[in-house]
Amino acid sequence: MKRRNGCLTAGLLLTGFMVLVILAGFFRTPYDPAAMATGPKFDAPSLEHLLGTDGFGRDIFSRVLQGAGNTLSIALATVAAGAVCGTAAGAVTGYFGGWVDRVLTRLNDALTAFPSILLALVIISIVGPGKKYNVVLALGLAFIPGYARIARTAFASLREANYVKSAQLMGASHWRILWVHILPNTLPVLLPALTIGFNNAVLAEASMSYLSIGVTPPDASLGYMLSEAQSMLTVAPWYALGAGGAIILLVFGVGLIGAGLQSRDKGVV
Amino acid sequence: MKTRRITALLLAGAMGLALAGCGGDAARTPAPQETLQQGPTVRPNEITVAIAQDLDDSLDPHMTVAAGTKEIMFNVFEGLVKPTPDGDLVCAVASDYTVSDDRTTYTFTLRDGVRFHNGQTVTAEDVVWSIRRCADVEGGSSLVEAFSAVTDVTANADGTVSITIAEPDNEFFSSLTAAILPRDYADQATAPVGTGPFRYVSRSAQDNVVLERFEDYWGTPAKLDRVTLKIMENPDSILMSLQSGAVDLCAHMTSNRAAQLGEDFNIAEGTMNLVQALYLNNGAEPFDDLRVRQALCYAVDREQILDLAFDGYGSLIGSSMYPAFGKYFDDSLTNYYTHNVDKAKALLTEAGYPDGFEMTITVPSNYTPHIDAAQVIAEQLKAVGINAKLELIEWGAWLSDVYSGRQFQSTVVGLDASTMTARALLSRFESTAKRNFVNYVNEEYDALYRQAQITYDDAEQTRLYKELERNLTENAVNVYIQDLADLVAVRKGLEGLQFYPIYVLDLSTLGWVK
Repeated sequence: MKRRNGCLTAGLLLTGFMVLVILAGFFRTPYDPAAMATGPKFDAPSLEHLLGTDGFGRDIFSRVLQGAGNTLSIALATVAAGAVCGTAAGAVTGYFGGWVDRVLTRLNDALTAFPSILLALVIISIVGPGKKYNVVLALGLAFIPGYARIARTAFASLREANYVKSAQLMGASHWRILWVHILPNTLPVLLPALTIGFNNAVLAEASMSYLSIGVTPPDASLGYMLSEAQSMLTVAPWYALGAGGAIILLVFGVGLIGAGLQSRDKGVV
Repeated sequence: MKTRRITALLLAGAMGLALAGCGGDAARTPAPQETLQQGPTVRPNEITVAIAQDLDDSLDPHMTVAAGTKEIMFNVFEGLVKPTPDGDLVCAVASDYTVSDDRTTYTFTLRDGVRFHNGQTVTAEDVVWSIRRCADVEGGSSLVEAFSAVTDVTANADGTVSITIAEPDNEFFSSLTAAILPRDYADQATAPVGTGPFRYVSRSAQDNVVLERFEDYWGTPAKLDRVTLKIMENPDSILMSLQSGAVDLCAHMTSNRAAQLGEDFNIAEGTMNLVQALYLNNGAEPFDDLRVRQALCYAVDREQILDLAFDGYGSLIGSSMYPAFGKYFDDSLTNYYTHNVDKAKALLTEAGYPDGFEMTITVPSNYTPHIDAAQVIAEQLKAVGINAKLELIEWGAWLSDVYSGRQFQSTVVGLDASTMTARALLSRFESTAKRNFVNYVNEEYDALYRQAQITYDDAEQTRLYKELERNLTENAVNVYIQDLADLVAVRKGLEGLQFYPIYVLDLSTLGWVK
């Protein structure tokens, strides 16, 4: 019986819409996001400035577009880096076991003992702040342990599956078994983890920029905008709402996709 | 089971007691004896001031390093002389002084009846002990640096004190603001004793510091009985405490927070006494070319910086001197360069950069005012084709890479004066100065500076200092922006706030209007 998956549909629609708007922002924004004095300072939202203006008279909507673009690209790159390395590590340890497993898993435990954002802060302070790829590097590294742990569990449990045993009997190489036989069957576990990881990356990038070690101004970043907006809550509430709203929509949309994927695999809607 | 029931009963009882306690407190506000004596409408003659950092430094004035600690302890200590709001020095513990003809010996007559907070009278021995302590560097490098020139301190038979320095130095006098302390008193670091208008009462770490009026003060006594300095690190909670009435005064507010305070407060505008500028590395391309530096000065619209980033607050400057130093400030330099994009472009073309260039502005990441100013500058420079990128680095990295290492192209910071002298601001631009991080090399400047150091006529020296300022402006050494506004929120009814050209908060002149 085929039933419609409400969460998944809503999530895909919302995320698709956000991504389209952000992509459009890469090519064109109503104003130059860095241009100052495009209107009065702290102008309330109007037709000219959809989300109002900030303390420099910059158009908040244009800055939210640019900031969301930065956040999105950083989050995607982070998830890609973290997931690829984490899955590879988890696959090897989970499948082969033995001393490699024990060493890597202990190392993983040690890394997990630090909150990932703290780990990212340490890495940033070593490689230097203010560069986008440094943020990706820091967050990507900090996210590896999480993926490795999930992948290890999945691969370890499937190692004993009958189809793996038959593949081994047929003389398939470990390499082929790992990536062709087991990996596709771990997707139900890995995909929701990816969506959760993406959300964590969005929030982590926002927190890092909030602490002004992420994206460098005048480049817009949702996190930095929030930190600026904090002291102006009573003067210009739309500033915090615009930047915060963008984060909420991005995270909520992808969160729905994740929930939808999980319920689909459990056969529950 | 039984124990659990007993616990429940105990808890219920405790809650009942707590409630009773609350009721009692509410009925007792304000305290009954005060109500009887003064009537409920008279407010106690005291205030609460919010400060952003704890005084967790040594409270010993010769050891204190933190500017925030010095700012407050200014009310507790005094030197032989003390600064006035105009930037002059007047006698404090001393009543009079003479300078010998060779300008190396200062002889001070002590004021009669000056008392320490512990009741002792200040004697010549206390003064000698205090100056010796500063000069000898006993126990720390933070003892007043200028006193290394002191060769002799003696108490004379007639009760006066003579201080001799190695060679004549006009600036030495300003360092005599160093506190006079009771000799052989060992607890200065935790229970300081001075001669100022307020005496130190107590400090509770991370919470508050309490000062009370010193009744035996030699001069005009403080108007308030008691000042509580409440330590609040979060600026937003300071804002709420001001609005709720828990705090009466707070300095160093940002303009947008000050704007949220509303009717109950006056916002007093002083200056931070900083030279905020886009400092340029004169030793490296492209800023080794005068025309490029001048082009930058023309390209930057300082009025717009104040408007956009500082809500219009701040005082424009044109050289390494701020307006509060009235004696040395030359206002004719303030508008030496006015915003002119065409002129900037012409100068850039002449210098061989018709299409502009790329540059990096390094900014310490913990100073929002400097980041904001740099953002506006970067945007303004686009108009002349210069593509400026911001690089935010930690304060520690700024000190080591930019300030000491001189590895930078340009940076936005504010530089202050450590003592109340023009030399403190101008000495760094001498070619060989250790602090010359902008790598400015100019023979005329060096010659003028040397001359200023050996000139003992005050008017002539002031003229030379002004010449030095003009030299910096004409050579566009840096893009001078402003002296930042220091906004102080003062509850209405509280008056007498005075600003000084140094970083202090004078509490003694504050009082409620009856």
